[in-house]
Amino acid sequence: MSLATRSDTTKRPAATGGGPAPVGPWRHRLYRLDLKASPFLYIAPFFALFAAFGLFPLAFTAWVSMHDWSLLSDEHAFVGAENYTALLTDPYFWNALGNTVSILALSTVPQLLAALLLAHLLTMRLRGRTFFRMGMLLPNVASVVAVAVIFSQLFGRDFGLINWVLESLGAGRIDWQAGRASSHAAIAVMVAWKWTGYNALIYLAAMQAVPRDVYEAAHLDGASRLQQLLRITVPMIRPTIVFTVIVSTIYGLQIFAEPQLFGGAGPNGVTGGASRQFQTLTLYLYEHAFNRGFEFGYASAVAWTMFAVIVLVALLNYLFIRRIRSDS
Amino acid sequence: MRSKPFRAALAAGTAAVLALTGAACSSDADDGTVTLTVGLFGDFGFGPLYEEYMEAHPDIKIEERISEFADHHTNLTTHLATGSGAADIEAVEVGYISQYTASPDRFHNLLDLGADELEGQWLDWKWQQALSSDGEALIGLGTDVGGMAMCYRRDLFEAAGLPVERDEVSALWADSWADYVAVGHQYMDATDGSYFFESSGNMFRAQVEQAEQGVYDRENNIVVESNPAVGDAWDLTVEAIEAGMSNRLEAWTPEWNAGFSEGTFATIICPAWMTSYIETNAPDAAGLWDVAAVPGGAGNMGGSHLVLPAQGEHPEEAYELIEWLTAPEQQLKVFEQTGNFPSTPELYDDPALTGLTKPYFNDAPVGGIFTAAAEAVEPQYQGPLQGDVLATLGQGLGRIEDGSQSPDEAWSQVLSDLESF
Repeated sequence: MSLATRSDTTKRPAATGGGPAPVGPWRHRLYRLDLKASPFLYIAPFFALFAAFGLFPLAFTAWVSMHDWSLLSDEHAFVGAENYTALLTDPYFWNALGNTVSILALSTVPQLLAALLLAHLLTMRLRGRTFFRMGMLLPNVASVVAVAVIFSQLFGRDFGLINWVLESLGAGRIDWQAGRASSHAAIAVMVAWKWTGYNALIYLAAMQAVPRDVYEAAHLDGASRLQQLLRITVPMIRPTIVFTVIVSTIYGLQIFAEPQLFGGAGPNGVTGGASRQFQTLTLYLYEHAFNRGFEFGYASAVAWTMFAVIVLVALLNYLFIRRIRSDS
Repeated sequence: MRSKPFRAALAAGTAAVLALTGAACSSDADDGTVTLTVGLFGDFGFGPLYEEYMEAHPDIKIEERISEFADHHTNLTTHLATGSGAADIEAVEVGYISQYTASPDRFHNLLDLGADELEGQWLDWKWQQALSSDGEALIGLGTDVGGMAMCYRRDLFEAAGLPVERDEVSALWADSWADYVAVGHQYMDATDGSYFFESSGNMFRAQVEQAEQGVYDRENNIVVESNPAVGDAWDLTVEAIEAGMSNRLEAWTPEWNAGFSEGTFATIICPAWMTSYIETNAPDAAGLWDVAAVPGGAGNMGGSHLVLPAQGEHPEEAYELIEWLTAPEQQLKVFEQTGNFPSTPELYDDPALTGLTKPYFNDAPVGGIFTAAAEAVEPQYQGPLQGDVLATLGQGLGRIEDGSQSPDEAWSQVLSDLESF
């Protein structure tokens, strides 16, 4: 629009036959307005969409969270912070929070370490390097549901492949769903399988930006491959590590499909096992929002509390990761 | 300004896109045909019936949408609450029907559409289940009922030295569930590495469904703690769990499916709809399964209604279709195809129904067995959160099974969980 307007104003004098342009005060004001307002207009679509589909739902959720808001009834009584106090005194909420953090730690820490090592290996001269690099991304392309369904079968108690291997090695069968630790481990494996390659590629991209001569100098000084990784690569790609840690944290705290499908189609899929041994925060939200009662008010309070938890954990992780440079 | 026509074109384009998407949402074609959507959980065996109906009614098109059992009811509730998204015709399982009869204004009242003349067609309790509490509105017409029987593995019974013929097996536990558990003890003593039943939750649920009063009283209070029938069922189930009879298989999981063909458990409670499930899931086990009577007399487990959400725009056409689908002739066809047992007593002396045998179940006379079961059912009052209350109890038993809690701990957690309902 502004391009068109501008060419309008510049072309017009030529058409009228030279001389200083007779720019009237009205036209001048319009021109200035165009300069000032147009940029905002260009970015407006994003903000309009964000307001409609991001900001409004956020604010509305906050509003709903202060009501006794069941989807099935037409009356929504205002209850203030009652949903939040009920939430904070519910032991099942703290249980879900503990499970979420435990699954997060079990999946993210090994996953990022493995990604770092894989990326380091991929920087070396390998036969079929492109093949390996592309292969890294394959698990990430697979749908979460497909991954969860297949892994749930692998972790099956009676006919699962993993138990079959364990048994043929002489170790006993494990009822993966039943125990707290075993179920967390199984879910963490699903997450790690999907995201390790993705993070490895991000690390790889960052590693390629590290100047070669630093490694050459280190090599001349007799530093081993591992020392080069720890002393040069990791500090040099620190911003990327911070990024992956934050993103993995946000994803890990919202994990839903994996535990839900791991629990099966019955009530155990909603409560994360009969003892709620692998119910995550999102499952807890789902239980209240889309199960008995359809308590949207309470579920909205869970959503906002989750938001606070995610910000807090991401911040803690950021502060922790920042120490990388000072440590090395 | 030259930008004006551009802006106008943009506006026109946007309007056109909106109009197009709007048109795409509308279900009716210009040629006057009406498209009816039918939302089901699982296959109801309606496929051939749709064909037949569409042939007789060229102006009707039928589209079926099938989803998972739990998702289906969650989605239906969401669609009802938000006023859009529901199919013209939706199936509702009996565990959820009372939740919906509590808000009859979200459905077309079938009594106004012609159902008032059909009352005698269904089992009385099946009819009652879909009535609103004031009796003014009927939200659904019954499809099948889940009269209970007991499916058992002949080969496993033989290996355990128990009788194999279905009449003798029925006689083993003819009196009570306590006899069934006693047979379970014998079975466990005589065998190694297999289980007597697939999951304790089902056995518990069957006992509760048979009782005069279930988990709710008629004032919609949850009476799990005070109803002795529930407590007795719990104690007997705990006894069976502690004797190691349960294979601890959660329904609808891959392990559960595999159990049918691998023969890891010897008995499973079989409402009529379960027989077709076993047949499709364990085709290799033909002849190994048989059907006997369920302990404790009759009882109902499962069964569905077809309802018309009020947001549907074609109530007359939709009603005509469900009236036809749930009519005795069509219910009989569904039974012959899938095993879902009719809810219309008119058929119960029809030899086509009572004489039906299933080769897969060793030629068991399933028609006769399920007719007897359905006729003997004493209707039990179902409360609004029936399904959820039973699920909470089932999870309590699950915690005993996996060893994470003692029976007392599990029971008290069940009671405290129920307090938040």
